[in-house]
Amino acid sequence: MSIVIKRKPLTLMEKLYLPEIARGLSTTFRKLWEKPVTLEYPEQRPTIPEGYRGVPTLVKDPEGREKCVSCQLCEFVCPPKAIRITPGSIPEDSDYAHVEKAPQEFDIDMLRCIYCGMCQEVCPEEAIWLQNQFSMSGYTRGEMVNNKEKLYELGGTLPDEHFKWRKKKESAEKGGGHH
Amino acid sequence: MEDKDNLITVNIDGHDLQVPAGTNMVEAAAMLRKEIPHYCYHPKLSIAGNCRMCLVELGMPGRDRATGEPMLNEDGSPKIMWMPGPAIACGTKAAPGMHIKTDSPKALESREAITEFLLINHPLDCPICDQAGECTLQEFSSKHGRGYSRFIEEKNVKPKRTRLGPRVTLDDERCVLCSRCIRFCDEIANDSVLGFTDRGSYSTLTCFPGKELANNYSLNTVDICPVGALTSTDFRFKMRVWFLTEINSIDFETSVGTNTVVSAREGKIYRVTPRRNDEVNDTWMTDSGRELYKIVEAEDRLTACSVAGEETAATEAIVKASETLRGGKTAIVGSGQCSVEEQFALKALAKSLDAVSVDLVARYGEDDGLLMSVDRNPNVRGALMTGLIDTLPEERLEDLGSKIDSGEVRTVLSVKEDLTEAGLSEEQLSKVDIVFLGTHRNATSEKADVVLAGLTQFEKSGTVINQQFRIQKFNRVVPGPRGCIEDLYALSTIAANFSDEKFPSTVGSIWKQLAGENSQFSELSFQSLSDQGQVLDGSAFEHLPFREGKSLHFEPKREAVAAE
Repeated sequence: MSIVIKRKPLTLMEKLYLPEIARGLSTTFRKLWEKPVTLEYPEQRPTIPEGYRGVPTLVKDPEGREKCVSCQLCEFVCPPKAIRITPGSIPEDSDYAHVEKAPQEFDIDMLRCIYCGMCQEVCPEEAIWLQNQFSMSGYTRGEMVNNKEKLYELGGTLPDEHFKWRKKKESAEKGGGHH
Repeated sequence: MEDKDNLITVNIDGHDLQVPAGTNMVEAAAMLRKEIPHYCYHPKLSIAGNCRMCLVELGMPGRDRATGEPMLNEDGSPKIMWMPGPAIACGTKAAPGMHIKTDSPKALESREAITEFLLINHPLDCPICDQAGECTLQEFSSKHGRGYSRFIEEKNVKPKRTRLGPRVTLDDERCVLCSRCIRFCDEIANDSVLGFTDRGSYSTLTCFPGKELANNYSLNTVDICPVGALTSTDFRFKMRVWFLTEINSIDFETSVGTNTVVSAREGKIYRVTPRRNDEVNDTWMTDSGRELYKIVEAEDRLTACSVAGEETAATEAIVKASETLRGGKTAIVGSGQCSVEEQFALKALAKSLDAVSVDLVARYGEDDGLLMSVDRNPNVRGALMTGLIDTLPEERLEDLGSKIDSGEVRTVLSVKEDLTEAGLSEEQLSKVDIVFLGTHRNATSEKADVVLAGLTQFEKSGTVINQQFRIQKFNRVVPGPRGCIEDLYALSTIAANFSDEKFPSTVGSIWKQLAGENSQFSELSFQSLSDQGQVLDGSAFEHLPFREGKSLHFEPKREAVAAE
């Protein structure tokens, strides 16, 4: 079924043509002196608002310990199945042997990631964060997969002061109030 | 157990239920599909009653103390005298007229209290705990817990990452002291090495000094551990259980035919665990059987078919194998490791080839009276039932050796069996043309003119017949390597090359033929066979001297006769 929309007849001013040109140009000249709303990307960068969901990254705690314990909940919850983890065990002679578990490999395929932030929401160790980086590019598909090294490089340190695992180790050393 | 005359009526949450006398109330409630949460109770172990999670309200019909007359309500129904305190359901055996309430406020309050106590010293390290996802403490905490902790004191510290034995790792902080593992070692494995030391909240599960949990059933303690205290060292941190696809299978280790569940993710197998079958293995399994999945990715796995040492496509190898077998004077060495379907196809092939002889190779080991039998072939009974062989196999193929020496045999088709190991000499092997269908490299595959790379039991479906003549099915868990060919397909295609009739090449279609030709299988089909298996009539083979000892649910018939 077709719908016919009638064109409005032109007003006198519009029929005269030149006044409308002047009106259009006045808008142009007015905007010319105002502060531009666009950015000269990539030379200029936008300010990223707090809580922005950029590229997912892995973070370390202020001691430099990797926070991820490879529980694979992010891998489970990830809707586009972008996350791939190979869990591993922390060797017994490590300072963090009491944490027992850490990822051997951690890959996030940025061609799959939809920046939904579910991984950050589900993480019980606050190890995965969607930070303010928004631009990823590469020449091959392989380059677009962030491995563990890249994820920590992007993520940096999370300045939180929980030290949950250090507290656990300390309580184990002094017997946790018992024995 | 189903004693029809001995049924008594109990009442669970207002529903009357007829149960056999002696049923405990956890099982009785399960018949009504009501779950009474429990940690320490296990259907195949003695009752300890120490976790207190299964507390329910309990009442019995009242009797007047003075007269002994039943007390009645105004409407004439028996008056139930409810006990003031809750009772544990697992330690309560059904008695006539017994009433229990599983979801009354008092029962729910008890559960909440017990859960709170259990969680007081629990480390709550689910993110690094392998049990997460199949942990009853996790499940019941979300169902019956209060959701927050009122505990402000410091938690207990106990040993973590302790090696309990070669295959079991213990985390004592997670332990809820249910003592299932201790009872398992005492009652089933007959290897008492575990016990609690210290008292109260200091109680700690440990091995006795100088002992370790090393018996061949140690990993069952991991299965029955309701929390993540006992974990498998092999499976430790390999994969979270919620990613695993679980497929029902059968253990190929011995003729017991332990029912198993094989867990895999994306074509990789991570673990093998037992599946409950009260007629075969209860809920147990050997440790050695759990390691069998490693054959799938073994170093010496055959991943491509070959002709005279050159890798070829499977179709070409089959053509070449048919040509080689066309030479005549063929002997067939089948295997007790094959499925019933493959043995049936092999029998058809033997018939159309007019084979000189058909042998199987026997494997014997020591039995342990539980789930390891003397016969280490899972499916010798299948070869008997399909008619592939009519006597029990020998360990060494001396008969075949002499036939090769005399020139009676020119070609040998070996399915899964290493002929050198079965007693044939290098010299004898070089006298004959060999077609080998198998999964792993061995001396025979090196010598063979045609090698057909087959599939392991994890990569195909089929049935096997165990020592009780119980036919049980196993299902494909993962796909095979790219260059491999399904054994059944290879055998039926070769068989079809030698006969005018088309021979079925899939498990489902071969069953139609199998049921038609063999009266034993006539009522069966692969699809309709239940996961618990079905006992076939093996009386035709009773005269054969099976070398079987007693196992968990099997008594050797011959010895029983002798004892009488």
